[in-house]
Amino acid sequence: MKLTLEFGGGLELLCDSVKIHHVSVEPQDGEQKLTMKHLLSWVRTNLIKERPEMFMKGDSVRPGVLVLVNDCDWELSGQLDTSLEDKDVVVFISTLHGG
Amino acid sequence: MESDGGSDAYEIRQKIETLKASKNDIERQISALDAQLQRINNNENNHIKTKEKVNSNDSSSSLTLENNGSFDFGHGLASDMIYRYSRQLLLPSFGVQGQANLLKSSVLVIGAGGLGSPALLYLAACGVGRIGIVDHDVVELNNLHRQIIHGEAYIGRSKVESAAAACRAINSTVEIVELKEAFRTTNALDIVRKYDIVIDATDNVPSRYMINDCCVVLGKPLISGAALGLEGQLTVYNYNGGPCYRCLFPTPPPTTACQRCADSGVLGVVPGVIGCLQALEAIKVASYVGEPLSGRMLLFDALAGRLRIVKIRGRSLQCEACGENEALTEEQFREIDYEIFTQTSLSTVPLKLNLLPVGSRISSKEYRERVVKGEVHVLVDVRPAHHYKIVSLPKSINIPLPSLEARLPEITSALVNKDDSKNASIDSNVSLYVICRRGNDSQRAVQYLHKMGFSSAKDIIGGLESWAHDVDPNFPTY
Ligand SMILES: [Zn+2]
Repeated sequence: MKLTLEFGGGLELLCDSVKIHHVSVEPQDGEQKLTMKHLLSWVRTNLIKERPEMFMKGDSVRPGVLVLVNDCDWELSGQLDTSLEDKDVVVFISTLHGG
Repeated sequence: MESDGGSDAYEIRQKIETLKASKNDIERQISALDAQLQRINNNENNHIKTKEKVNSNDSSSSLTLENNGSFDFGHGLASDMIYRYSRQLLLPSFGVQGQANLLKSSVLVIGAGGLGSPALLYLAACGVGRIGIVDHDVVELNNLHRQIIHGEAYIGRSKVESAAAACRAINSTVEIVELKEAFRTTNALDIVRKYDIVIDATDNVPSRYMINDCCVVLGKPLISGAALGLEGQLTVYNYNGGPCYRCLFPTPPPTTACQRCADSGVLGVVPGVIGCLQALEAIKVASYVGEPLSGRMLLFDALAGRLRIVKIRGRSLQCEACGENEALTEEQFREIDYEIFTQTSLSTVPLKLNLLPVGSRISSKEYRERVVKGEVHVLVDVRPAHHYKIVSLPKSINIPLPSLEARLPEITSALVNKDDSKNASIDSNVSLYVICRRGNDSQRAVQYLHKMGFSSAKDIIGGLESWAHDVDPNFPTY
């Protein structure tokens, strides 16, 4: 399934400074649907080039990272259990503190 | 007319006296009526404000001329106010009522930096009744590219004084409160209590949690903005049952994820855009106009030229600040140590590591002496390449810290090339020095080099900043 993944707020530095990635990810073997939980581990394996601890903590994102599925906080769609569909846009953004 | 000079003059004097007496009487009557009118105006305004607060969507709360015949438009705006703010009064969706609400409101701006500068200028210009400015910093030359409220004449002076003077120059009718102090749990409640709305224009994580919690405790809407590099973020917290900062970020981020403008850089106009939007959100909340950005977050990517507004979660029942069961009290707030909670210092003093034994370090002055004596050596600068391009010491080689491991052979060959005996070993007689901007990364690099067998490697204490401070005052700092 085709997905657009975007990294911002400095997270793009972990994947060769590329902000937008058009990727194709399939559900885990034996699963019907692609969940955010699986996508996160896919991202960690395939896109994150350095300091994975700056992206993930345990099996979720690290504190201070907002995850948006189609411009909507993933808290509203079930976090790790959110199931994704073809052409979905997933944004990972680190909160900023500067001023 | 028959005339007798003496009696004529007498009669005229009599008439003048009579007229003067009635003039005084009329003036007394006018003053009394003026005072009466003032009282009616005040009552009317309070009445409207209350109605607005109770139900801001009630269209029936529009104004009526209750005192026909008297000079009363019911909004309390004097004629110079009407003229000054006329272009805002002409907006049907804002109008005289929006302006009257704004004039009665008060906004606290915490931080007179990159975000606070444009926010303060617009808040003063648009006629917010009272504006508080909190900051304990002084203006520096490297602030001016983004902190546009300050000018060269104020370098070395208080940011609050500078910002207050700029606001007063734009609008002398606005009350400006100068708070030249650091915002801490000890003074936060007393300061915030006196304002309707708070703007977080600070630049660090502990302050953001502290300001959020203080606003939750006191029930104040919080206009939160942040900017770094070429990106910005904006949202309104703790407004009308919406989420607070802790609802979104219950756990502080790791300290390594918290970059500051002084380290990562920021394009001046980026916080400018976000600061303007913070002023806009404050104006909307203060005037009861429009839909404040609560439960939504604006993400600004300056390089891509893109603004996106996303939907964020609502208030969390489990939130440690605003949740149902654990509503934070003033006493609890005063007890929180935000530096411990976030593992980040509130002060802007840069970190000073001390990782190496004394024998593995030399001062910038000592390094200078060795160079003058002609000591054969290799100097490795471990800053990022774009830092190295700004300024560097002569004959240094740039190997950024993250690539040190991969580029060790370059150090070995540099040592070998300088060694007359052509002794192809990392234990050559050629000295190896490491420098960076402030002297932290250079220590990390030397630690690694020792581990890899470069046992004579030494770091230059305090980096290029100490070189500029102690050796060459003309060496540029950034
Ligand atoms: Zn909360």
